[in-house]
Amino acid sequence: MRRTLRLLRLFWGTSIAAEMEYRSNFLMSAFTSIGGLVGAVFGLHLFYRGGILLGGWRWEEALMVLGWFTVLTGVSRTLLTANLGRIVDHVQRGTLDFVLLKPVDAQFWLSTRRLSPWGIPDLVFGLGLVLWAGVKRGVSLVDVLVALVPLAGSVVTLYSLWFILATTTIWYVKIYNVTEVLNSLLEAGRFPVTAFPAGLYRFVFTFVVPVAFLTTLPAEVLLGRGRLTLIAFGLGLALALFVASRAFFRFALRYYTSASS
Amino acid sequence: MPEAVIEVEALGKTYRTSVKQPGFRGTLRHYFRRQYREIEAVRSVSFRIARGEVVGFLGANGAGKTTTLKMLTGLVHPTSGRARVAGHEPFRREREFLERITLVMGNKQQLLWDLPALETLRINAAIYRLDEATAQARIAELSELLEIQDKLREPVRKLSLGERMKCELLAALLHRPEVLFLDEPTLGLDVNAQDSIRGFLREYNRRHRATIVLTSHYMADITALCERVLLIHRGALIYDGELRGILERFAPYREVELTLDAGVADEVLERFGEVASRKGRTTRLIVRREDVTRTLQQLLRELPVSDLAIKDPPIEQIVGRLFREGSLGEEGSAEPRTP
Repeated sequence: MRRTLRLLRLFWGTSIAAEMEYRSNFLMSAFTSIGGLVGAVFGLHLFYRGGILLGGWRWEEALMVLGWFTVLTGVSRTLLTANLGRIVDHVQRGTLDFVLLKPVDAQFWLSTRRLSPWGIPDLVFGLGLVLWAGVKRGVSLVDVLVALVPLAGSVVTLYSLWFILATTTIWYVKIYNVTEVLNSLLEAGRFPVTAFPAGLYRFVFTFVVPVAFLTTLPAEVLLGRGRLTLIAFGLGLALALFVASRAFFRFALRYYTSASS
Repeated sequence: MPEAVIEVEALGKTYRTSVKQPGFRGTLRHYFRRQYREIEAVRSVSFRIARGEVVGFLGANGAGKTTTLKMLTGLVHPTSGRARVAGHEPFRREREFLERITLVMGNKQQLLWDLPALETLRINAAIYRLDEATAQARIAELSELLEIQDKLREPVRKLSLGERMKCELLAALLHRPEVLFLDEPTLGLDVNAQDSIRGFLREYNRRHRATIVLTSHYMADITALCERVLLIHRGALIYDGELRGILERFAPYREVELTLDAGVADEVLERFGEVASRKGRTTRLIVRREDVTRTLQQLLRELPVSDLAIKDPPIEQIVGRLFREGSLGEEGSAEPRTP
């Protein structure tokens, strides 16, 4: 455990040092983040101004979902894109070799090696939006802390799906970055899942790409209407997907041929 | 037989690759009904390497050298046969195994591009569980041997290719591996840098009794370092022994150096054998071994020869020929172009 922490400190220390070589990036990403958020809030506002309740969710409640979505975007920008997006690269250029040669868990290395500070504005503004909407709805700090549990599940779920997709590049080396597909599907997480028509959509977003568990569930928990079974299911799903991602990666390595020199 | 560090038995690797016909129609067909072909990259290769040996892998591009190295380092899963390296099965990639080996690739780098090499070294030290003092001592020792003490604090992107390769070596050897796999470690370097890397590897081998397996396109790497070579051709091991032995096996020809009294046209000389070089009146001819006597008689009879010597061709030339032609004669010998 101590070695893991030491490694993470070194990994992230060097990543930030490398990113800081390009100083203006931070301002740019803060600007992009605010711009994106303002646009999203405005878009959402268009519905509510016309008196439409998305899936029966009130204005502040829908904002909470959007807030969690922004937080997840932040996590994926700081860790997931920075690391999992590079797996394709590693396979293409054959530098996965170096990872596999190290006496360290390869999945751990591939998933944590980099940290990009450019997702931090999303994390801050997303959390800010959740808290602001929460205060309006009279949510306590304890509720927020409790809501972090299903959120952690969301992060693990998202991570595992993404990692599994990235792993497929070991077979389909030349196919463009498959993880982009996931990114676009996740856009659905901006809205409460009940806003989508019942039937096929809701089924897909619950079971195929579990968007429902990613943002709607943490918001429901925050509002005190999270059902325990659903929370348990969300966490179970996260755990199952995580285990599956590890098994899948180990399986895929049998087919790794390593870019030839 | 001394203690073997590497034991390989009937090791093989078959890849499945898709084949595509040229042109748009080929592309369409490739998309909808892909055809596959099995490629035997390595076939039933067996050998043993003892501790402290320095062994060179020779072979043309695509002969299977790199695939073999990758199987020995656990990167590629063998299709058949078995391998043991430092007492472990490579593909299991156990921690104890990975801590005892290293792989350096001339065409890939592990150093962080934007940061000084020292940052990568710190990460590697943590990964290999070296304490601060040990890591410092090793960095000092290796950087002195490699003569790059003052380069470790500069961003890697600002280093020359040679300096970068030396830093790569340092990063790959920090954990003091017992078995070194080097794939084209001097690729693209100038003669000085090549030379100093060879010197370094020799010294490392002597100091730590490390086993070194290397592939290189530069014969000088092989002649300077390896007492033993493995010749791989189309995935099969066709020679295992001393470098000199290649001459007997694969050079069924001699080099005849002759000086002529008068100028003779190239076409005339080519009737006697392959003209390897011509400088003034001195010509080097390549002649099949069994034809040497007959050719000499003919030469003396038909040309104004003033001086004549018979030599073995340099080893570089034979191996170069093997690489170039990529094919060997039926009896497993390199065929010189016959007149």
